[in-house]
Amino acid sequence: MSTQPKPGETLDLVQIQTKLERSPQKRVWRGLEELAGTPEYRDFVECEFPHDPRAEAKGVNRRDALKLMGASAALAGLTACTKLPTEKIVPYAQQQPEDFVPGHPLFYATAMPLGGYASGLLVESHMGRPTKVEGNPSHPASLGTANIFAQASVLNLYDPDRAQVVVYRGRIGDWSTFLTSMDQLTAEIMARKGEGFRILTGTVTSPCLADQLRSLLALYPQAKWHQYESAGRDMVREGAKLAFGEYVNAVYHFDRAEVIVALDADFLFVGPGAVRYAHDFSDKRRVTGPDSTMNRLYAVESTPTITGAMADHRLPLRAGEVEAFARALADGLGAKSAGNGIAAPAGVPAGWLAALVGDLNKHRGACLVIAGEHQPPIVHALAHAMNDALGNVGQTIHYTEPVEANPVNEMASLQELVADMQAGRVNTLLMLGVNPVYTAPADLRFGQHLRSVGTRIHLSQYEDETAELCHWHLPEAHFLETWGDVRAYDGTTSIIQPLIAPLYDGKSAHEILAVMARQPGATAHEIVKQYWQRQNPGADFDLFWETSLNDGVVANSTLAAKSVKLSAGLAGETAKPASQSAGTLEIVLRPDPSIGDGSFTNNGWLQELPKPFTKLTWDNAALVSPMTAQKLGVYNGNIVKLSAYGQSVEAPIWIAPGQADDSLTLHLGYGRSRAGHVGNGVGFNAYLLSTSENRWIGNAEVQKTGKTYNLVSTQHHHIMGKEGEEREEDTVAAMQRKLVRTATLEEFRKNPDFAREKDYEIYGPTLYENYSYTGNAWAMSIDLNSCIGCNACLIACQSENNIAVVGKDEVSRGREMHWIRVDAYFEGDLENPAVYNQPVPCMHCETAPCEYVCPVGATVHSPEGLNEMVYNRCVGTRYCSNNCPYKVRRFNFELFSDWTTQSLMLQRNPDVTVRSRGVMEKCSYCIQRINRVKIAAEEAGRVIQDGEIVTACQQTCPTQAIVFGNINDMNSRVTKLKKQSRNYGFLTDLSTRPRTTYLAKLRNPNPEIKE
Amino acid sequence: MGDGLENTPAAGAGTPVLAPGHTYATITDKISSIVLTQKTRWGWWFGFAISFALFMILNLTIGVLLIIGVGVWGINIPIAWGFAIVNFVWWIGIGHAGTLISAFLLLMRQEWRQSINRFAEAMTLFAVACAGLFPLLHLGRPWLFFWLIPYPDTMGTWPQFRSPLVWDVFAVSTYATISLLFWFVGLIPDLATLRDRAKARLSRIVYGVLAMGWRGSAMHWERYEMAYLLLAGLATPLVVSVHTVVSFDFTVGIVPGWHSTIFPPYFVAGAIYSGFAMVLTLAIPLRKFYGLEDFVTIRHLDNMAKILLATGLIVAYGYMMETFMAFYSGNTYDRYMIMNRMTGPYAKVYWILICCNIVVPMSTLWFAKIRRNPAALFAISLVVQAGMWLERFVIVVTSLHRDFMPSAWRMYYPTIWDYAALFGSIGLFLTLFLLFIRYLPMISIFEMRGLAHHLEEKKG
Repeated sequence: MSTQPKPGETLDLVQIQTKLERSPQKRVWRGLEELAGTPEYRDFVECEFPHDPRAEAKGVNRRDALKLMGASAALAGLTACTKLPTEKIVPYAQQQPEDFVPGHPLFYATAMPLGGYASGLLVESHMGRPTKVEGNPSHPASLGTANIFAQASVLNLYDPDRAQVVVYRGRIGDWSTFLTSMDQLTAEIMARKGEGFRILTGTVTSPCLADQLRSLLALYPQAKWHQYESAGRDMVREGAKLAFGEYVNAVYHFDRAEVIVALDADFLFVGPGAVRYAHDFSDKRRVTGPDSTMNRLYAVESTPTITGAMADHRLPLRAGEVEAFARALADGLGAKSAGNGIAAPAGVPAGWLAALVGDLNKHRGACLVIAGEHQPPIVHALAHAMNDALGNVGQTIHYTEPVEANPVNEMASLQELVADMQAGRVNTLLMLGVNPVYTAPADLRFGQHLRSVGTRIHLSQYEDETAELCHWHLPEAHFLETWGDVRAYDGTTSIIQPLIAPLYDGKSAHEILAVMARQPGATAHEIVKQYWQRQNPGADFDLFWETSLNDGVVANSTLAAKSVKLSAGLAGETAKPASQSAGTLEIVLRPDPSIGDGSFTNNGWLQELPKPFTKLTWDNAALVSPMTAQKLGVYNGNIVKLSAYGQSVEAPIWIAPGQADDSLTLHLGYGRSRAGHVGNGVGFNAYLLSTSENRWIGNAEVQKTGKTYNLVSTQHHHIMGKEGEEREEDTVAAMQRKLVRTATLEEFRKNPDFAREKDYEIYGPTLYENYSYTGNAWAMSIDLNSCIGCNACLIACQSENNIAVVGKDEVSRGREMHWIRVDAYFEGDLENPAVYNQPVPCMHCETAPCEYVCPVGATVHSPEGLNEMVYNRCVGTRYCSNNCPYKVRRFNFELFSDWTTQSLMLQRNPDVTVRSRGVMEKCSYCIQRINRVKIAAEEAGRVIQDGEIVTACQQTCPTQAIVFGNINDMNSRVTKLKKQSRNYGFLTDLSTRPRTTYLAKLRNPNPEIKE
Repeated sequence: MGDGLENTPAAGAGTPVLAPGHTYATITDKISSIVLTQKTRWGWWFGFAISFALFMILNLTIGVLLIIGVGVWGINIPIAWGFAIVNFVWWIGIGHAGTLISAFLLLMRQEWRQSINRFAEAMTLFAVACAGLFPLLHLGRPWLFFWLIPYPDTMGTWPQFRSPLVWDVFAVSTYATISLLFWFVGLIPDLATLRDRAKARLSRIVYGVLAMGWRGSAMHWERYEMAYLLLAGLATPLVVSVHTVVSFDFTVGIVPGWHSTIFPPYFVAGAIYSGFAMVLTLAIPLRKFYGLEDFVTIRHLDNMAKILLATGLIVAYGYMMETFMAFYSGNTYDRYMIMNRMTGPYAKVYWILICCNIVVPMSTLWFAKIRRNPAALFAISLVVQAGMWLERFVIVVTSLHRDFMPSAWRMYYPTIWDYAALFGSIGLFLTLFLLFIRYLPMISIFEMRGLAHHLEEKKG
């Protein structure tokens, strides 16, 4: 790459000279290239690589790939000397000294906005580089744990495909030109009093951003602010409005609910409170002995979800039939709304509803009915009415003012914007952190109408589909790079503090709004801090500020409970029978369980994450029930053409046991053209089948195409039969291995030792002397009764242990690298099987079959019982993997780790080796974390406390199903768990003596329902 | 098994081990002329061209493998061993026949061995060379293969001696060394003959150097005989030990389908089975092509076919016992393994293997007519070799693809580079073998002369 200016261009030496003079310290430099680590220089570098969006849209050719690699390497190089932001950030002091010790990470509390709502986080920072995300124990939505999106967000920060420069009309622009241009533009807008000026954001909960927007609207009275979140909560909000006549926010208390009814609600995984809800829900199911109690979950759902898999009674029902079910249930409960006497859908087994009503009535004030985020408002309203009728309000549910700064019907808001664009009433559109060209319902033709807007300004982290159509594209700062604030599901506010200065000079929405308000130059820090100073004008503001930053939450910001009254109008809502025209099937659109609504499409960790139950990676599929597949005459991988509302997409079929018949589930977030190198062209775009009317549930015509597609799943499926039933040979074999041991709560009470029956372990004579563990003996217990299969452990492990992403092709060959996997087994009939999730890390066997077969001693036993990998010594015979009965070892068949992309190197955990080609790797029980604590304890001359060492998977587990500790310590949690009668190991008859053991899964079915 | 052969009716029927009418001179002329005087035939060039092309494919494969990694093959987790190990076991097994013929039958005083031992030994050597490649190439980091060898390094690290792979290093390297020595020592008197008969200067020098000053004095002969006998004594246990150790690679593991006490004898029998098949595959065209029917007679073919039959029966017994034990033991994993072998996704491979190794040879080799029909034997020998390769495939891949954790069950799909390595190694083997028959006497001249003398004496 030449740094010489092209003829006709000049390097602005005067400016560089000024920079030099202004530099606070005396600066040592080697050349102009180095000196010019300035935006101007970067612009210049970029000039060498002019972007042509049209060329990129066609995919990446070799030349482009090289160019991009070169450019990103150069830019990453320029910013490689990371620095903490100059504004003061405050580390999380609860668990560490505040001073900075080289080699020791510091943790900072911050928060991630996801769909507008906060996930409270603690972020690990090594020498100024954020490397790992964990939950913030002080944050109510987290309680110290985090979901896959939060865990994977750190990879987005370092994504080399992120937007790195200001783009003006497809060419590299620069910030100063933008400022100049905006100066002119805002003057014009001002003159017009804001007429024709529109702002489009996602759901805004940020008090500061809302404040800025309000003052901007005051400045330009004719301007309008629209909100549209692609996987937004319109239905929830409108449902509440329907029930109460105003927007209110419902906060659920699963820790007080004995009986829960989920109406197509995946509350354990989807929604702003999911992590907390999963925590509370599993706490109510924690079994320590025969006298323990469990809550009972009924799930009515159209597609297998994490929540459905946890249900004690699960009923597959088409999404469109859930309303009828809700009405029938409301009728049964005598809820104020009245179900208008509608009968329950045909799919509901006789007696089911009555038993459910009975169970709910038995637990008045201690039960919950919750409606799914994608169910129409009426279902939400009915759920509110039922909770009201059951006396749950104030007990298991309370209402607050909305969390959103300005709750609106976002679909209506977007429709209004599009209508105005179409009518030519919009001449300036500012889009902040949204990608409506991709995410807006297809019938709105957002992209088409966007072209008629005079000036289109777009701020986002990627040069995405929307950026392509905009005049100005501005790189958005990642939440780990900038300041902000955001509210959680219960209103608790967090101040977002950055951990690193923007890698690519990204800007935050705050800064762009300041520019539009004709206050250019205001930094996000100033804006956010000043806003909060205005809220806390007292003298103790500094204390307030530092405490808020330290804790990651603003004290007393949780919204107070509010009393609400069911509106009378609800009864008048007439039942809309689920309509379905002949020849079409119901389609249900959902955010993808791995990559969400598309905002994580370019995240390799999430793309490679096996989705719950299907274990599909790198693709979305049209999920159908086995019956429907049979009816359609299709099988896994057959491509069907789905047509709806004048649009059609081709999608491969995947048969999902437990899916409702005649209903297809399509996951959003795929089929993107401008996501980046990782996400481009992966899967199909299900947004094309959504309309503003039928955003989540619709109908589509299904046609076979005769084509097939290679869908890659990491696990073959085995339906485990009940005894005596004729099943496939494999199924029987799988069952005999007793990997899944399960009972109902009642059976468990009668026979607490059910998990250990017929279990035998051979402690016979051995050729080699057994190890004796005199010091620590590390072990893990995984409670399968708590595990919901949310995959958070998997991404946490990937982030902590520098695990490589291998790509679809390698996954299809069976070479994914995850150190912990979540196995899924099904039991029962195909229509509605029970699902068992089992996280499987290394078992750290005491008599490990892998150890004795290694010819070079690269896998060895530690005195503390760890089965250790010595990467340097490994020559790669792979014998250990063959001999591992649990198949938890992973091999670098090729150079899977990225050793070249500079920005990705910053993400790596410096305490963990980045593996090279030809070596075996596997779960180490996070040995780096063990050793850090051991060293600290030794320095302090004390013993290691139980719970002091927390593995990455354990740390992030929302349900705290994973417990790690010392089994030589009789009082440790793990020892106590292993003493429980539900404790069992996998394949212990092989005499492996695994250190990782499991607590058997229990269910708590209603005895009145016979299945 | 060698003992009984002479007394079998067929052998007793009187086909000689050397066609009548041969004198020392005719034997020497006939064998040495192939190397020294006959023009290299177009058939040889044709065969060499194909073999060498395949050998170059092997080189290409190795290049790709070293640059990209073992990921170019179809291996994965759980099937972390694929074609490379199948090929290794197959080639090592093939080598066994040579050692058996040259060492074991020598000690058993089986004089019919003398016309086939030379090229059988060469075959052993080249097969071991091919076999030796695979364990090295299959390593994730092949350049560090020497870590498996015990040497006093500065870090004080040693191999992990409990691992059968370390035993393999000893077994295979010993085998290669002994095979090379045995073959070379056996060649010395013949090299001297070639030296004496060669006309070209270069040939005289090369053969002269290789003959190591052999003059054929009585003292030479006395020491030679002793050395050869001692080497035979050393090599004989290897017939049993090498494949036993190779079988330990599997039996020491806990994988169902590997962890079986029947493996050592069953592997040795299988090795001899495939090895004799390979000797037949090579001998039948050679005797035809070079007109060596007088030396490699129908009697030889018949005897080798009988060994095939005997070892094939042992192998069949092994299969039967494996199946029986899986059910008799009541072990759920073993039972599933056998059922999966017979009915699972690789069932076809298993049944083809049964056809190749049991049905076809066992239904034909009982008949003397077939045993004495070179064309039929040639076809059967190819079938057996294919069968033995498939047997190793079944052991390695079918056992691994569904072991303990149903969630980790996977399929194995070989890539083009898997096939390239297999056929490339066949190319290497044939290249070496063709060079051998072109430049060295493929039948031991001095031993054939001894045999002629011996037969004369018997008659006289």
